[in-house]
Amino acid sequence: MLAAAAARAGGAALRRVGARGLHWSATAASAAEPAHSHSHPLSANEDFDLTEDQRQFQHVAETFAREELAPYSADWDAKHHFPIDTIKRAADLGFGGLYVGEDVGGAALSRLDAAIIFEALSWGCVPTAAYLSIHNMVCHVIDRYGTARQRGAYLTALTSMEALASYCLTEPSAGSDASALKMTARREGASGDYILNGAKAFISGGGVSDVYLVMARTGEPGPKGISAFLVEKGTKGLSFGKPESKLGWNAQPTTAVMFDDVRVPSKNRVGQEGEGFKLAMKALDGGRINIGACSIGGAQFCLDTAREYTQARQAFGGPISQFQATQFRVADMATSIQASRLMVRHAAAALDAHSPTATMECAMAKRFATDACYRVTDDALQLLGGYGYLKEYPIERYMRDLRVHCILEGTNEVMRIIINRELDKLDPK
Amino acid sequence: MAGRVLVAVKRVLDYQARVRVKPDKSGVDLTNVKMSMNPFCEIAVEEATRLKEAKLAEEVVVVSIGPKQAAETLRTAMAMGADRAVHVQTDEEVQPLAVAKLLAAVARQEQPGLVLLGKQAIDDDSNQTGQMLSALLGWPQATFASKLVLDASAGKATVTREVDGGLETLRVSLPAVVTADLRLNEPRYATLPNIMKAKKKPLATTSPQELGVDVSPRLQTLRVEEPAKRKGGVILGSAAELVDKLRNEAKVI
Repeated sequence: MLAAAAARAGGAALRRVGARGLHWSATAASAAEPAHSHSHPLSANEDFDLTEDQRQFQHVAETFAREELAPYSADWDAKHHFPIDTIKRAADLGFGGLYVGEDVGGAALSRLDAAIIFEALSWGCVPTAAYLSIHNMVCHVIDRYGTARQRGAYLTALTSMEALASYCLTEPSAGSDASALKMTARREGASGDYILNGAKAFISGGGVSDVYLVMARTGEPGPKGISAFLVEKGTKGLSFGKPESKLGWNAQPTTAVMFDDVRVPSKNRVGQEGEGFKLAMKALDGGRINIGACSIGGAQFCLDTAREYTQARQAFGGPISQFQATQFRVADMATSIQASRLMVRHAAAALDAHSPTATMECAMAKRFATDACYRVTDDALQLLGGYGYLKEYPIERYMRDLRVHCILEGTNEVMRIIINRELDKLDPK
Repeated sequence: MAGRVLVAVKRVLDYQARVRVKPDKSGVDLTNVKMSMNPFCEIAVEEATRLKEAKLAEEVVVVSIGPKQAAETLRTAMAMGADRAVHVQTDEEVQPLAVAKLLAAVARQEQPGLVLLGKQAIDDDSNQTGQMLSALLGWPQATFASKLVLDASAGKATVTREVDGGLETLRVSLPAVVTADLRLNEPRYATLPNIMKAKKKPLATTSPQELGVDVSPRLQTLRVEEPAKRKGGVILGSAAELVDKLRNEAKVI
């Protein structure tokens, strides 16, 4: 009856936990000191920034993040738990096929819509949002480049996330230099099947995912000799390494994926022979926007947490938020986040518009946002002092989770190579 | 079959938003603050949607009273499952009696078999609208519902209410007014595809003037103040000291 009494007290109780929160509070892991709420640097009441639809999408994603992700993400990190049930609930809301056609269960949204959603989700749990972004990237490849049969066979299960997808490009000895990949797909004369041999490394969802989009060499050395294939878990000869022990992103498994004479029918090739690398790179343009967006959400969480902390923490006779050293740091953090947000959303809009500058903008936005937002987590940690360094507080986890964003989906050094190359292409001197 | 279910929803300060009082103490500052559907209204929308899904209702109509932005709250309700919306647009302050009169006017137009509301809104915590609506319509009321069972053939609803002593069960004739308490259900999230579909659902806009309702305030807000900041506690040396403080300082015993 205590709970009933609290409910009768009405607003006050709800203001703390929400209509859904009270039902779940009994099972919620106690995340230490979660940030109070999303701050809204751009008013939810003003129409100039987001459309009404985008505000609605954002609202759903924010609510999901604060009710279904944030209370549990510390526990998932500590236990290295991949929250597959939560991920499936996210798919029920449409997060499994954000920019996939409606005919196969997708939400048919734009890249900009997706960037807004990934930012909101990652506020609650960076690795879960990032896994969703990778899954969505594979869905997009099948939706955009797949045959009608491939769309029908895979996308309905993938958008509902009954099946999960992983993206397999990187190899143990081919990371940044991805077009030097060694994995082979040899076509067998009689059957027309492909026989895949080799290994992929750092595969998010490895061993858990049901469908693997695999780039393998079917022809000459270099980018033009690469083709893309869909390989299903359970195929003979497909095996997985042990889950890697990582600094962050612990709420999703990362493994090597090994191919030992894995037979793949030609109908599982995505695109034409030799198109694999191009298609893999196109997919990464969007992947970079999403990973940038995930950095922004994580950084925003750290800023929200740090601002609350500095207003409560007393030192030298007052809250430390009254010191200019704190204020300047907070101002710079907020500015970094806003600049990242603008770049990521602009790049997303460029991709939606098929702008010739899209690839460059995606690389710039990813490079800038992941670096700047990682620094925001470091600044937040400094503001929390010794407490920031403790695992009881969430900042160090967000810092660990965001660190890898400077490395994956193309390292930030590779982003600079792309920016240079695109600059020379767009504006030759 | 309850036929049509009318659900009232209110756009309020989000439950997690930090509440700031305006410097002139005239009210709560709503500039640049996140606004959401009142959580008790979400529960009412969910219940109506479930009635429709169980084929106990034919149509769910949501109504909201407020400024232009209240239309967004109505879209959210339609994304959750309501079929169409009525927006009584006004920028004036509307107090519970005025809200009840407006809802009564809408109810007379819509002829619902059931009106569902949240038991109260988390901004003003008035807990008056449902009760006054029932009186104005002359319909039975069952407030603080934690369970609602419709008996279509008998034209009655059985409502379990959360009261201080425990649970009370009422049987009311339809049409009736029911207000939702926290445990009635766990509201669903609007899905992305349903948000898109909600755009195509009809949203009619009307006004207090068109409904012929005088919304001029009957209550005057004198002052809105923040609750006193909590002070740090003190550790006392003995029970005797505690009794002394309770008697002479707090004057409660």
